[in-house]
Amino acid sequence: MTGTGVGPELIRLTGVDASYDDHLVLEDVSFHVHEDQFTGIVGPSGAGKTTLLKLLLQTLNPVGGTVWRAPDLRVGYVPQLESVSWNFPITVFECVLMSRKSSRIRPWASASEKASVSAVLERLGIGDLGERHIRELSGGQQQRMFLARALLRQPQVLLLDEPTSGVDISTRHDILHLLADLHEDGMAIVLTTHDLNGIATHLPHLVCVNKRIVGEGTPKDVMTSEVLERTFGARMEVLEHLGVRLVVDEAPTSYTPGSRI
Amino acid sequence: METLLEPLSYAFFQKGLVVASLSGGLLGLIGVYIVLRGMSYIGHGLAHSIFGGFAAMQLFAAKFYAIGAGLWGIVSALAITTVTKRSRVGADAAIGVITIASFALGVALFAKFGSSGPSFDNALFGSILGISTGQIVGLVAVTALTASFVFLRYRALLFSTFDPDVAAVSGVNVGRIEAALMVVLSLAILATLTVIGVTLVAAMLVIPAVIARMLTDSFGRMLAYSTLIGTLCGLIGMYSSYYADVPSGTMIVLVGAGLFIIVLASTGGRGSRRSAGLDRHPEEIVTK
Repeated sequence: MTGTGVGPELIRLTGVDASYDDHLVLEDVSFHVHEDQFTGIVGPSGAGKTTLLKLLLQTLNPVGGTVWRAPDLRVGYVPQLESVSWNFPITVFECVLMSRKSSRIRPWASASEKASVSAVLERLGIGDLGERHIRELSGGQQQRMFLARALLRQPQVLLLDEPTSGVDISTRHDILHLLADLHEDGMAIVLTTHDLNGIATHLPHLVCVNKRIVGEGTPKDVMTSEVLERTFGARMEVLEHLGVRLVVDEAPTSYTPGSRI
Repeated sequence: METLLEPLSYAFFQKGLVVASLSGGLLGLIGVYIVLRGMSYIGHGLAHSIFGGFAAMQLFAAKFYAIGAGLWGIVSALAITTVTKRSRVGADAAIGVITIASFALGVALFAKFGSSGPSFDNALFGSILGISTGQIVGLVAVTALTASFVFLRYRALLFSTFDPDVAAVSGVNVGRIEAALMVVLSLAILATLTVIGVTLVAAMLVIPAVIARMLTDSFGRMLAYSTLIGTLCGLIGMYSSYYADVPSGTMIVLVGAGLFIIVLASTGGRGSRRSAGLDRHPEEIVTK
């Protein structure tokens, strides 16, 4: 995977401060999203990861600094599964279709819209689940459904809030590969995660956040004990195994294949 | 058959049947959005607020009471939205303060300067007697407006109800949709007030939608079922009202409550699961 972002700029935050009521959550944050970027935002709970996404989405106005977005930028957003109302009466097909703006007067789907929804569901491997209620899906399928809803808008930038939260290892693996494929197809991707070993270490570009941007670069650049301690406020040991950085609370004494960083 | 045809020989019953069916269908349709947005309480509050406006207008411009009461309700609804968004006051508290204060103001003005009469009592409990052609025209117009709004803005309404944050990101003007929904809701309550009554309008906003939710997992079907159930409640409730000789609003609501019990019993746990948490907005469920 490439993706540290050198293509045309799509979103730019410059010296941004963000707060809820009087509580400052982010301070002096500068962040860029480029066309070929694949970035993971990592940090502890309450560090401001989701707030940073909201600034990129422009659903939150900064109290300081500036936010710039390329004109007519198409943004896809996949929310945290925990924020979804799973009792809402909606099928997978209805959920995906709602993101498509219709120029028709009639509210029901046209033949071409049905084909578009079916195609995106097929692409994500849930083509046979269109008539199911959203609650009847597994965690991985639910994540794919919201990805499908975002992709139906053919976004230039895809923003995901904790896309692997609450899913098993196999599903996490599938989602990561799916996102890598989308990135290969030319989509800029920014996601938040607190999963350092399962997700962050496999991404090409990371931004460590704890109220401010603490570190930025490839996993090799930022997954070090020093940067992670400044990010998470706790001492962590970083090991390297087969070229991949792994984080542990304490380095096991019996561990031999890798070397401490 | 005789039971069905006999009341139809009376002109007042014919009008009442049309108005009750339309009212039930209208409240059933818009109730889906109210219930799924966790706003059941706003129906209750707005009905009281509009009644306050209704009472006040009896003093100042009785001929234009509908316009005045409607504006009174719309201002209350928009005030609730504004207060909730711009302050730390929760929606339930804002509804409680604004609508009940509005209700109290109207009643206080009426108590000081007016006198109780049939129209005042009818607005409280609902009545099919003396329904004017103007009221029927008004109800038909509001029903047509609501149906058009739902039809033309179907996806935007669905998106902003299910997931307002993502809807906003996806180009839906969520604020405008919510404001329009509040205006339509206020008009619907106003148009049905004299048939169903202020105290019972909120029930008819909620009951058909909850029954429909127990019957289906599809949003499109829920809209259709809720509208149909509301219409049926209006029809059956009107006949029940005629034969039991009690106010129409009470019988319409009791029919709805009876249907609710039947559907709950026949769908069992499936229905309960489907309707669980219906009064909670997604934002309230978010784990921050």
